[in-house]
Amino acid sequence: MKKLTLAKTITSTLATTLLTAGLLGASFTAQAADYAFDKKGAHQFIQFRVQHLGYSWLYGRFNDFDGKFTYDANDLSKAKVSVTINTASVDSNHAERDKHLRSGDFLSVDSFPEAKFESTSFDGSMLSGNLTLLGVTKPIQIAVEKIGEGKDPWGGYRAGFEGTTKFAMADFGVKKSLGPKSAIVEMTLSVEGIRK
Amino acid sequence: MSLKNTKNSFGWISIILHWMMAIALIAMYFVGDWMVGLDYYNSWYKTAPDYHRAVGIIIGALMVFRLLWNVSQVKPKHLNPDDMRMNKLASATHYLFYLLVFIMVVSGYLVSTAKGQGVDVFGLFEIPALFSDSDDGGELAGDIHKWLGLGFILLVAMHAMAALVHHFKYKDRTLKRMLGLD
Repeated sequence: MKKLTLAKTITSTLATTLLTAGLLGASFTAQAADYAFDKKGAHQFIQFRVQHLGYSWLYGRFNDFDGKFTYDANDLSKAKVSVTINTASVDSNHAERDKHLRSGDFLSVDSFPEAKFESTSFDGSMLSGNLTLLGVTKPIQIAVEKIGEGKDPWGGYRAGFEGTTKFAMADFGVKKSLGPKSAIVEMTLSVEGIRK
Repeated sequence: MSLKNTKNSFGWISIILHWMMAIALIAMYFVGDWMVGLDYYNSWYKTAPDYHRAVGIIIGALMVFRLLWNVSQVKPKHLNPDDMRMNKLASATHYLFYLLVFIMVVSGYLVSTAKGQGVDVFGLFEIPALFSDSDDGGELAGDIHKWLGLGFILLVAMHAMAALVHHFKYKDRTLKRMLGLD
């Protein structure tokens, strides 16, 4: 009886030691990892919404963009994100409106085919960075929620985040005014990264 | 005067079609030019494009009828049969008009339907979107519509000038014939 308890204790201690070593080893090797947006699998979305007349929300999205991020749960100071958006890919599910959004009244996609975001710092919930839209670069803050990370079923490793921000379109030089209720655009970036 | 064309004059159907087209197309140009600059809160912001699209579809239908009517009719003789150069120019202008109206209708339709939405005609019926796969979302069609619209109104000005020159300078029946006054 006593012998068995002893054996159990040894086993359990051994297991604990091994597990601890394993964890330590893991944390030693855990470095800031680089992730590429899963553009190919379209596990990435840039949605935006603007109030229509103050009565409802109009939703749209950018269909074509790409980006990458660096993330380490243990060292947030290394976190960074960059996103490049093809502004001509704006899509609000209405041909004439989209054409208007691409025009000089809004996105001027001929002159400014790209919009960019480059992060500068991350505190675990707020991502600060510079947004370049219509050639105007201004600091914005993105409230970030980590959705999850882990191995995927196909041999890779993924991490996903969702961030939201809002700003006045006129701050970036959007010419057309849609009225006081529609001055602010809210944007959501929802993205899954695949570890490189 | 008859409904049908004769060797010497236009019938009423041709005359009415001509002037209906003239009024509708000139109005379409100025409405189109005006409506794209409207403020979002202008009460015409939504209504004017609705009418522009609907009238565009009706013009397209009338144009098809007009073409069929024309080929079924005798063509009145040129008034100055010896002036080959002027007659060729007049004919070329007419064909160019028909071509431009056709392209304007099609390009306008392609702008509105680039994303799969149909074109509503005064709430009576809807023309479905048939070619909504374009990658550029109607940009090319929009450019064509804009610039050929300008070309069209210049051609209208030329056409009207020519009619006035015939009437006042050459003092022939060109304008009177199209007004059914002779």
